[in-house]
Amino acid sequence: MLRKALLFISLISWSVHAHCGSLYEDLGGREGIATVVDNFITEISFDPSIYPFFSKTNVPRLREKLEEQFCMLSGGPCEYTGDTMEKVHTGMHISSAEFNRTVELLQSAMDDAGVPFTTQNRLIRLLAPLREEIIRR
Amino acid sequence: MPWAVMSGYADEGETAAGAFYTAVDVQDFRLRVTGVTLSYDNRVEVSAAQQAFEIKGVAGDIRQEIFSAKVRVAGDLIYGSMPQIATGVQFKNLLDGDIAEAVGADAADAGMDGYVSFTRLHLGAVGGYNLLWNLSLRATKANQMGLLGYGGDENAGYQLMPEASVAVLLDNGLAVGGEYRQKPDNLSAFSEDDFMDIFIAWFPNKQVNLTLAWADLGSIAGSEKQSGLYASLSAFFY
Repeated sequence: MLRKALLFISLISWSVHAHCGSLYEDLGGREGIATVVDNFITEISFDPSIYPFFSKTNVPRLREKLEEQFCMLSGGPCEYTGDTMEKVHTGMHISSAEFNRTVELLQSAMDDAGVPFTTQNRLIRLLAPLREEIIRR
Repeated sequence: MPWAVMSGYADEGETAAGAFYTAVDVQDFRLRVTGVTLSYDNRVEVSAAQQAFEIKGVAGDIRQEIFSAKVRVAGDLIYGSMPQIATGVQFKNLLDGDIAEAVGADAADAGMDGYVSFTRLHLGAVGGYNLLWNLSLRATKANQMGLLGYGGDENAGYQLMPEASVAVLLDNGLAVGGEYRQKPDNLSAFSEDDFMDIFIAWFPNKQVNLTLAWADLGSIAGSEKQSGLYASLSAFFY
């Protein structure tokens, strides 16, 4: 009886673990996030309306900070060491349309990295509250 | 039914202009709607539409013009703490009011609806899929949306009618969902039922939207259990 119960509990915890893996794992861990960030920077550099915001950006630093941020937000073993979103975007006067366009570029980056739609939505959900610190600053 | 979102994808400072065509085909009736819509600044929308309601086997459609205006008053579809909230009016002109008059409508020429709508998209809310809902409260006197006039012998005043929709986005271009629309029942001659439907909406790009639905419209002008296909195509040029 006890053995059956233990087996049952371990099956439940296995299935919960299998279906509700952390977002960090579902994004493919450090490697998966690095691919997403790489694709994202490529998308940005080919987008005529968004690229100007990044024309003076230190790209290696941007890559590192984005990787840290996505890793930390998704529950991975990282710490974001960059500036606040407010500090980074103040003076850029980013409009709502430009923000939305950048979200689309991130979605394309995740599409190209093979990240499933549901995993994409979970990451965007975590990024969404940052919008207020990014636009119209 | 009205949603709190504006037509097209116009963001702040942008304009969207489009046209739409809708056809509903049930056992004894057919409805065709043709219209144009213009939105600006993700803030205001105006539209004009003409409905042609055909009673199968009977010559001569019942035509109604609808002129609408809507303004976003607060909130946001996705971001922030509040759902997007919009309020609007619909001015309805019944061009062929003979039947409305014959069935006892209080007014057979023109009517007005007012509404407030709440719409929200919840990112990743259902197993990672995005959940979209809309709730509208409509003040109306319309009998069968106005095609049978406005008000009647059983009730001639405004009533507040809720309309609710819920949908899940299966990917960026595909949504499935259902809608329920409560309607007045003003005429003693005919009982009027609430509308409901289940739909699938396809957005292959920002210019085109195709929606297919199976609609249960209940009793219409004495014909019971009217149900059938609904198809709607929207195209945005600008």
